[in-house]
Amino acid sequence: MSEAAHQHGEPTGFIRKYIFSVDHKVIGLQYIGLGIVAVVIGMILSWLMRLHLGWSTLAIPGLEKLSPTGAPANVMTPEYYLSLMTMHGTLMVFFVLTNVPFAGFGNYFLPIQVGAPDMAFPRMNMMSFWVTFTAFLVLIAAFFVPGGPPLSGWTAYAPLSAVGESSGPGEGLGQTLWGLSIAIFCVAQLLGALNFIATTLDLRTKGMSLARMPFSTWAWFITSVIGLLAFAVLLPACILLVLDRVAGTSFFVPGGLVINDRMQPHTGGSPLLWQHLFWFFGHPEVYIAILPAIGIVSHILPAFLRKPLLGPRVLIGCLAAIGFLSYMVWGHHMFVSGMNPFSAILFSVPTLVITIPATIATLLWIGSVYGARIRFSCASLFCLGFISVFISGGISGFFLAQPSIDTYLHATYFVVAHFHFVMGVAAIFAMFAGIYFWLPKMVGRMMNETLGKIHFWLTFVGVYCIFMPMHYLGLAGNVRRYAAFTDDFLAPLVPVHQFITIAALITGAAQFIFLYNLVWSRFRGPKATENPWQATSLEWSTTSPPPFDNFGGRQLVVHQEPYLYGVEGSAGDYVMQTSPETVEAH
Amino acid sequence: MGKAFGAVLIIITVVSTAVFFFHDFGGMSLWLPVDASEHGHGVDHQLMETMYGSGFLFVLSQILLGLFVWQASDRPQGWKYRIFPGGAKPMVISAILLVGIEILTLSFVGSKVWAGIYFTSAKPGALPIDVQAGQFAFYFRYAGVDGKFGALHPDKIDEGSGNFFGLDPRNDEAARDDIVVATMVIPVNREILLTLHSKDVIHSFYVRELRLQQDIVPGLMIPLHFTATKTGRYEIVCTQLCGLGHYQMKAYLEVKTQEEFDKWLKDQEAAQ
Amino acid sequence: MKIRHLCPLLLVLLVSSGLASVPVPPPAGGTVTGKITYTGTPPKMKPIDMSKEPNCAKEHAASPVLTENVVSGPGNTLEWAVVYVSAGDQGSTPGTQTLKFDQKGCQYIPHVLVMQVDQPFQIVNSDPHLHNIHPLPKINPEWNKSQPPGTPPLTEKYDKPEFISVKCNVHPWMHGWFIVLNTSHYAVSGSDGSFTLKGLAPGKYTLTAWQEQFGTQAQDVTLASGETKNITFTFKALPY
Repeated sequence: MSEAAHQHGEPTGFIRKYIFSVDHKVIGLQYIGLGIVAVVIGMILSWLMRLHLGWSTLAIPGLEKLSPTGAPANVMTPEYYLSLMTMHGTLMVFFVLTNVPFAGFGNYFLPIQVGAPDMAFPRMNMMSFWVTFTAFLVLIAAFFVPGGPPLSGWTAYAPLSAVGESSGPGEGLGQTLWGLSIAIFCVAQLLGALNFIATTLDLRTKGMSLARMPFSTWAWFITSVIGLLAFAVLLPACILLVLDRVAGTSFFVPGGLVINDRMQPHTGGSPLLWQHLFWFFGHPEVYIAILPAIGIVSHILPAFLRKPLLGPRVLIGCLAAIGFLSYMVWGHHMFVSGMNPFSAILFSVPTLVITIPATIATLLWIGSVYGARIRFSCASLFCLGFISVFISGGISGFFLAQPSIDTYLHATYFVVAHFHFVMGVAAIFAMFAGIYFWLPKMVGRMMNETLGKIHFWLTFVGVYCIFMPMHYLGLAGNVRRYAAFTDDFLAPLVPVHQFITIAALITGAAQFIFLYNLVWSRFRGPKATENPWQATSLEWSTTSPPPFDNFGGRQLVVHQEPYLYGVEGSAGDYVMQTSPETVEAH
Repeated sequence: MGKAFGAVLIIITVVSTAVFFFHDFGGMSLWLPVDASEHGHGVDHQLMETMYGSGFLFVLSQILLGLFVWQASDRPQGWKYRIFPGGAKPMVISAILLVGIEILTLSFVGSKVWAGIYFTSAKPGALPIDVQAGQFAFYFRYAGVDGKFGALHPDKIDEGSGNFFGLDPRNDEAARDDIVVATMVIPVNREILLTLHSKDVIHSFYVRELRLQQDIVPGLMIPLHFTATKTGRYEIVCTQLCGLGHYQMKAYLEVKTQEEFDKWLKDQEAAQ
Repeated sequence: MKIRHLCPLLLVLLVSSGLASVPVPPPAGGTVTGKITYTGTPPKMKPIDMSKEPNCAKEHAASPVLTENVVSGPGNTLEWAVVYVSAGDQGSTPGTQTLKFDQKGCQYIPHVLVMQVDQPFQIVNSDPHLHNIHPLPKINPEWNKSQPPGTPPLTEKYDKPEFISVKCNVHPWMHGWFIVLNTSHYAVSGSDGSFTLKGLAPGKYTLTAWQEQFGTQAQDVTLASGETKNITFTFKALPY
């Protein structure tokens, strides 16, 4: 099969080599590149939002040029705030958190880590990226259409998202494009997930048993299975939503609605149906973002601890358990939605149960740090930072998993803090760790460690300054998705928002250090050797960057477990997976 | 580097936890407001239990991480790594025991609190109030002298003339004395039965002091009952994204003594 | 074209445009005056509960604002009705003056704004909080814009005649009308229900009176030169 999949030779033309390439490495870089574009846009949007939340009457120079109706006289209107929020969420969740740790790093390293020359279906792989890219363009187009960008949030709750322009600005063509973009995105993810699963199961090289796969490969594999089921639900849901908008159907819109004194033509749909479909995707989506991150961190950490992680089998079991449970808990997003209150208990218990595998994984990491002599590099710092923010974000899950507490905290900044920590910041820390760790392999150049460390410290302290106070705002009942805080009980909290805004501006600015470092290192960084971190997995058994078929015609044979660190081997204190030597247990 | 990491992590943990103990900053409180409802103490109690349990886990795990990283920083070249005593087993066991016991208790007690609010129905003497949410205001309807609510006719909604609910007083006698107001006024210590419905998109009914939040879904009539225990003026705000005016969608809730409420109701009835 | 050919042309243009800007004295036209009245029991003007917006509630604390869908005055008269020439118009001057539509104290001022097609009008927010202006046309293009406090006025116009209901979603009680006409002969009835249409050339006209709750009524009027006629429109009012 692997030969069949890789009959094609190395392309020579620029377009086939770098643009419409079937090489999984190029495709992986394309995903990461797209993710970087999306994250920069998403971060600038969050700056604009934060500025508005801190100083709601502030004129932001130049904003009127971006959107004459959204910001007359440079002052943001509430509908434009909500549009920016929607686009921020959509870009970050779909085009960053899904694209980079899963599709990006997964594409680049999954075939290499299992010793395959390419993905199982290289053409389909190329198609996945370009379909994703199309989805991105469609979403960005929504910024510029008449009626304004969509404003119903990344969750797009019907009927607001389904009844069209009559329900206000941002509900015109922009919202339709949003639905189309996400539907297209789902197609790409389904193709990608199939490809990942086939590659993992069929293209492993000799000796690469499932048990010898690195954590990252396991995580991408489990994530593909989750994604296959999750995106298969979101795709039809988005199609139904678009039909409600353009074809006059009523899947999500009940009868008898009066919007702006006008009776709506819809009858008989259910707004809760959209929520069920959306969250049946939406909760597993959280794990689509975080499992690859967990895998990447667990893969990188041992190389810098110079020891294997505790309980590797247990850790993989935890990943699988989290993936399995992720399908039973979607209703915890809907405790106050008006669904049957009895089902709240049913969804609450498995949600709390998920904390057990998550806690085990966390304790395994912490326990692994014990007794190590850590090599502090940017990659390892971001891994350690990941553990810390994952704890901080995970802990608040205890509160939100309980319906009786959620009835107070739902839709407050407590939730914003929770998912930003556990899903956003944690996954982004893993991406940073991945880039600092793998960039030498991907482009053959080392990154600058000094700049990287400045970047780490500013980011690490910065995210705590941004998101920790949000928990307390949530406890004070600060409602989320508000364009300004004019209510009597919210107005006194504005100084905290101003503090958060300043922290966000500084932390955001620190990311430009990273971008600079990335670009500088790509062209000027010191040349990387084949295995600069003295790591053990297969990607370090080939040149940096790897040749077109990954191993230059060799078929690797795997002899070892993936993380043999701290043992006497011929290479030093570690033994490569490809090394045939006999290793004594520690 | 390891010492710096450990120190920063411990500082972050201490500062984050300190706000738990000192959360009043002049006019600004970063904590739950006063609880003005009968069921609220259950919610608060549950929240505090969770706070202690998860706060303990938070502090413990962050400090352990910080400590281990600190220790790991000045170890000599050629250091032989040590395995955590007992390996993975104590991790798994303590996670299952600590977290398992915590979630068992939490779901057991928490379910009782939840059940107390949502699995029971209002007592017969509860005061019924009809709540309609729409872009971007709440309106409240009392049955009036006849004790009967007029039927709703969405096609008759005309906000400009004050017919927010779509009543048909011309043909429907029960609707003629219905009291429609923009501020919800209720008597203290008497059970209130709300019927929540929306005329356009999803909204939500959130009163911090009542520890209550309930989405208002078009197409559904959602009952919600509670008893307020403290007089005062509170804000009802929308917490479900409903469009451009979402952040301004609010109403006031006035909890009055029974006498004040009776007088208010008489005045309103007279005005119809 | 050579320059010397262009010069006379420019001269002609200059003169003609100068002429156009000189106001033409109106011919000794006829006048129609009258009253808008009703029979029956009109709906009560109800006090508006503005408690949602404390700024506005405070502003009107002394005397609450009443609903304006039917504003009746002494002697069964109706305010805010529009009377206009619906047929027989013998020439209108285009509306060039920019009209003003203010949002003040959570009310639209004026409640009914009459304009001609393509006449510009400005929407002003004089309140310290946000309003959104959402006219609900069926023929003209629909838009819905919010106006945060302190932002400059919005300038708009409509190019087709229509009766457009206007609302603010943030303050659902706020309700007004944009009446877009293709005639310059119109009047809005005052608080005593009276109206005056001036400067009508001799001829036969159909006058239409419109009231938001009660609909329209039409009457034919024939005017001689300089004649003044008095007519009354009577609507039938029901209590609910």
